[in-house]
Amino acid sequence: MKELKVQYEKVLSDYLLNQNESNLYIGQNLVRELMRSNVSPEDLVSIHKQSMENIVPNLPESVSNSFDFLIEVMVHFGLKLKEHQSLLLKQEEIRIEMEIAAKIQNLLLETKIPKPNGLDIGMVSVPVRKMNGDYVHFMHDDGNYFSVAVTDVVGKGVPAALCMSMVKYGLDTLEYANNNPSYVLEVLNRIIEKSVDDSMFVSMFYGRYDLENDIFTFGSAGHEPALYYNSKDQTFSDLDSKGLLLGVLPEIKYSQKDIHLSENDFIILITDGVTEFRNMDNFDSRAYIKRLAKSLSHLSAQEMCNKIFENLNKLHNFQLADDFTIVTIKKY
Amino acid sequence: MNVNVQFREEENRIYGIIEGEIDTFTAPILRDELDIISIKENMNIELDLSKVTYMDSTGLGVFVAFYKKVLKENANLKLVRLSGRLARLFEITGLSELMDIETDKKVEPANECI
Repeated sequence: MKELKVQYEKVLSDYLLNQNESNLYIGQNLVRELMRSNVSPEDLVSIHKQSMENIVPNLPESVSNSFDFLIEVMVHFGLKLKEHQSLLLKQEEIRIEMEIAAKIQNLLLETKIPKPNGLDIGMVSVPVRKMNGDYVHFMHDDGNYFSVAVTDVVGKGVPAALCMSMVKYGLDTLEYANNNPSYVLEVLNRIIEKSVDDSMFVSMFYGRYDLENDIFTFGSAGHEPALYYNSKDQTFSDLDSKGLLLGVLPEIKYSQKDIHLSENDFIILITDGVTEFRNMDNFDSRAYIKRLAKSLSHLSAQEMCNKIFENLNKLHNFQLADDFTIVTIKKY
Repeated sequence: MNVNVQFREEENRIYGIIEGEIDTFTAPILRDELDIISIKENMNIELDLSKVTYMDSTGLGVFVAFYKKVLKENANLKLVRLSGRLARLFEITGLSELMDIETDKKVEPANECI
């Protein structure tokens, strides 16, 4: 501290003799040094006052007094600065905690894409923040069924992530892939309705694939309809099934529908982050995705997902507004 | 980005006009504004959404929570003058089957221009 005082006086007296850029520059560097040593604004004014008294003989009393006044005023700036520094410290702590939480979430919600016979499955899921509010759950228990759930929690960040863990464990307890979609949705709705607050809920598209008969049975709880491509007719249709979001009301019934898949048909499951374009009101994103998917239908399911993501991300100027999830299931 | 609510209250009826964009950042503001309403039994609450230019799923959360609150107090809630885009959001999520929602074809052109 003493050394810094001496330095300050030297730099100041040099500047008073010659007000050039280089002396000013030395002063700026010294201030950085002072900040690193946690010298408060009022301390700095105090150092300045002492230096002036040493440099200028017979410094007018009024100037000296004005520095005392300035010291008092600067005390408040000093307090604000301390507050700011402690906030920065806290923010760093929170950031580290968030990173750990995100890692845990990724571990908990890790999705492994199964490889059932006759189906090619691909997926892309990209969170807009650290924690993903979308989740894809696959089940394939070596039997004749394969099931998929695509979910989106309303809200983002930590609350959404916590809610998602609950959905995952709910799905895990169902154990087998052969459950009816309507049954799965009813069970999950009960779990979520009981345990989550009034403004939080989950949308889910649940599908079960009968591998022996190539029948896809699906139900939806307020989720964006999936797309089905019929390769023979070269047409798309929406897989929509009316149903309320999970967690709004207890004892809700869900319906389910069947479709039959033939060779080269495919299904695309999406979340609203894929179709939602905030500043493009007239843009029909579903029609765009259909055209795109059709032109990519010669690719593998994973490559299709990658390409669709690439294209839509570009349309979003590489700044996604919402968690983005797309799953493609191709019959070969 | 902001959201603004204005209420007109007559006896047992409240008419609110919501204006602006409802997203993750503005949803808490809207929730606080709606919380101010003191709901009385059999009251009719109408919320006009014709001036809502954007809404995401967090906005839906606010309306669902408010709907449940109104239901608990034995009052009625109606959302009116929704643009096609907003109406689709309530439709996909199954909420239009549950809540009283009225779309307004007239507001659509104005919204699409923005």
